[in-house]
Parts: sequence; C-alpha cells; structure tokens
Amino acid sequence: MALESRHVPDRAPLAEHHHADTALEVRHLTAGHPGMPPAIDDVSLRVPVGEIVGLIGPNGAGKSTLFKASLGLIHPARGEVLAFGRPVRDSRAEIAYMPQVEEVDWEFPVSVLDVVMMGRYQGPRPFLGWSRADRAAALAALGRVGLAPYAGRQAGQLSGGQRRRILIARSIARGARLLLLDEPFAGLDAAVQHDLLALMDDLASEGRSILIATHDLSCVANSCDQAICLNRRVVAAGQPKNVLTEAILTATFERHLLAIPQAMDIVRIADDEHLETHEQQVPR
Amino acid sequence: MIDWLLEPYQYEFMRRALLVLLVTSVVMGVVGGFVVHKGLAFSGDALAHATLAGVAVAFVAGASVGLGALVAAVLTALGIGWTRDRARVSADTAIGIVFVAMFSLGIVILSRRTSYTPDLMSFVFGNILGVSGADVAGSAALAVVVLLFVGAFYRELLLVAYDPATAATTGVPAKLFQYATLLMVAVAVVVALKAIGIVLINAMLLIPVSTAALFLRRLPSIMAVGALIAFACAAAGLHLSYYAGVATSPAIVLVACAVLLAVLGVTSRRGVRLPAPAKAGA
Repeated sequence: MALESRHVPDRAPLAEHHHADTALEVRHLTAGHPGMPPAIDDVSLRVPVGEIVGLIGPNGAGKSTLFKASLGLIHPARGEVLAFGRPVRDSRAEIAYMPQVEEVDWEFPVSVLDVVMMGRYQGPRPFLGWSRADRAAALAALGRVGLAPYAGRQAGQLSGGQRRRILIARSIARGARLLLLDEPFAGLDAAVQHDLLALMDDLASEGRSILIATHDLSCVANSCDQAICLNRRVVAAGQPKNVLTEAILTATFERHLLAIPQAMDIVRIADDEHLETHEQQVPR
Repeated sequence: MIDWLLEPYQYEFMRRALLVLLVTSVVMGVVGGFVVHKGLAFSGDALAHATLAGVAVAFVAGASVGLGALVAAVLTALGIGWTRDRARVSADTAIGIVFVAMFSLGIVILSRRTSYTPDLMSFVFGNILGVSGADVAGSAALAVVVLLFVGAFYRELLLVAYDPATAATTGVPAKLFQYATLLMVAVAVVVALKAIGIVLINAMLLIPVSTAALFLRRLPSIMAVGALIAFACAAAGLHLSYYAGVATSPAIVLVACAVLLAVLGVTSRRGVRLPAPAKAGA
C-alpha cells in the first residue's frame, strides 16, 4: 500500500473510562466449550465508542470465543461482557456481527436488498414480513456503503469486496452502534482493502465502534486506533505502534515474527530460514 | 383438443387425482425451495423412505396409514437433526443408516402379510388412482399447516437458511428453526406420499424448483414458479398415464425431467444462467 493512501486514524483517543464512552467492556472473562480447558482465560479489554480496535492472535487464540461471548451466544464461566454499560444479552439491537465471508451461502437465491433487510430482524411478526421502515433502512444502508445500484441483484453475483459491503450494510441497517467483524480483509487485494478501511473509518467517525478480528497485521497497524493481542489471555493492548512490536508479536504467536516498525505496513511471519538465522530469535 | 383435455375428468377418481396433485405441487414448490437451496436433498429422500416403517405399522395395527407415515417422518426428522448436531460420523452417513433401517423395518413388517406385493408397490411407487376423498382431505390439511407455517415464519426460515451464525446473533432461535425446516420436509413428504410414492417424492421436491431456479433469482418467485411447474408436469403426467396406460407418478417425474432439460437447454444457450460468482477481488 502506498504511503499517501495509508489510513491514519485522526480521532482523539478517549482516555477516560466510563460507560458513556465505552462500547464494549470485557471484564475478567473466562469462557469456552463445556468440559474443555477455557478458550479464553481472565480476559479484560475495552472498545471505546467511535474507535476501531484490531484483535489479533494465532488460530485457536480464543477470538471466536470472545466474539460469541460478546454476542451473548455463550455463557461465560467467569466474568462478564457489557455493551454500552449493559449485559450483552440486553443489548442485542446495539450489536451487529459480520461473519467470515465464506460462512455465508452466496449461492442462495436472495437479492442484495434481501440480505441487508435481514439485519432488521427484531423478533417474530407472523405473516407480516418486512415493514416499509425495514425496507427504507436497508436501502439507506446500501446507499451508505455505495451499493444502492445493486439492490435488486442476486447477492452471489457481487465481488468479494462488495460482499463485505453487503454484510456491513446489514449491520448498519440494524442500527447497531457496535460492529464485530470477523476477518473482513481475508482474500481482498490491497486496493479493495483500502476502500473497506476507508468505509470503516467513516463509520467510526459517525460514532460507531468496531472490533475487528483479523490476521492482517498491516491493516491493524495502518487503520486501527488500538490493537489487542490475544492468546487465551490478553498479551498486550494499546496503540498499534506500541503493541505490534517484535517481542509482543512473538509472545502472542508463540513463534518469531518479523516486524518492520518504521513502516508498520509490512509484517510477515518469518520462515524457517529466519528462525534459524535471526539473532534475536526467541526460543519457544 | 378440449375433449382430449377434459375427457379423463368425467371420472371421479381422475378429478380426485388432479386435486391431490394440485395440493402436492404447491407444497413441493414451497418446501422444495428450502430443500434445493439448503442442500437437504438427501434428508428429503431419507424422510420419504423412512415413512414406510410408519405405514407398515399402521397397516398392521389397522390405524390411519397417513398418521403412521407422519409419526415415522417426524421421528426421523428429529433423529436426523439430532445426529447432525451430535454424531461423530458425518451427518449424511448417519442419515443413510437411519433411513435404510426404517425402510427395512417397513418391508419386514409388510412382508409378513399375504397381500404383501400390491400394497408395498402402492406405497413405494404411489397409487394416485386409488386416492380416496379422505386422502385428499388429509393431504390438504397437512398442506395448509405447512403453508401457514412458512407464511408465518418465512423471515426466520430465510435467515436460518441463509446465514445461521448471524441469525442466532439477531435473536432468531436458529437451532429450533433448523429442526422446523426438517419437520416441514417431513410433513411435505406425507402430503405427497399416497399420490407420488416413497421413492419418487424427492424428485418432485427437487426437479420443479431446480427448473425455476435456472431463470429466477429470488426464493419466493422460485417457490411460486416451482409449484406451477410441478402442477403442470403433474397434470401432463396424469394425462400421459391415462392415454398411454403407464404408471402415473413415474410419468409425472419423466415429464418434469424433460421440462428441466428443455429449460436448461434454453437458458444455457441464451446465457441466462447465473454466472459463477467471483471468489474474491473487487
């Protein structure tokens, strides 16, 4: 990504710590599958209102468990998760989840507008279907992500980047103030990633709060207000430039990662050769 | 031409046959929409075959055959849902085992009866000309239940079919509606049982809807046109069997296959068929 196209967050970080400016607060959360060791153990973190927070960690670090607990889909063994100061189960309408793009059945015969309207679901309304307000909100959300001309198209006909926008529009149509995005950048080329990041930045500027689980360290470095490194526990949290260091990444991924701090947009996993030759190799 | 069309319907049994095919076609279109697009074809086939156990038990016990089929189909649907959630073997292996067991049980019970062969044949391949007024009423009642259910909970069924993970986060009881989808297929199978017969029900769930999906892109229209195609094929098959003296439900299925091939020929030549979606990129 070219330097001038990089996305530098310009929103002032919020230092104070009360409910009014906290979108998501996770307190001493321990959770996982029953009968298994907890996938996350004593995790505490905070997503401030209007910020983009990147959640990184290796596969199996507990990112999806953290998401499920934040969506009220699993009961924590210990600890609690609050959205806007209330238990997440009471704030479903405030939270929207965007699954990994391949979890959605794109062959299914639904229009783009149909998908976005699904975000408006608030409970059964037997025989009534979607309301006019649902339709209007969905169309407005599609306009917001630049897909208004595609409302009537079959969702599967759209490209990978557009599919992400459909799912983001679904979250916007919901009226959610907190967005949980699971791997939104996977499989996108740099230009499309950049456009998606610009959209997220706009949404954050409007006061929406975004938590992104991602393997894309350069997107976190370039566009997130905060980075959180998770590996069953929170390894580190803070501004990306302070968190995405070689030592912290190595501790998070339990193997050596090569970070280039001055650019912060090229971070790659060292291959075996690096592991053998690099001086600062940290033993596992 | 008019005479050719109307002549069969001077007979009461032909009018009943057409009526039960109309009811069946509507249900096949609506439920088939979910079966085709959720990849439930094997479940549909399994549910149809499993009804034989219920049919046989009801036959021996002197109970209502439709009720026996319904109980067997519902139990099998619950069994399929349960195995899908918990089995260590893959879901289709579990489904395959369950339905073969139920089908065998049905054949074993029926084989104890002296009049085994004709009775078995009428359930396995359908006996549309032997449909009674009570059969029509029973199918119609179940059809109304299915259609009311889909009408009432279409949004929930759609959300769970399309994206179950997100459906759960918006407060849809996803697991409940996944079971409900299977139960819906089970009831649809019983609606079609007497007219179409166990081994051919799946064809009526799959073929008309697949034909409609070749040129339509939204589920409600696919369901509606699927139902129309199903009924047109059913009526054509019924005529064919009347004039050519062949078995009715296989004739219906063959007509449906011919229509599918014809539509496929037209849509692929004109390039109307959906392009393969791009995997990634802008």
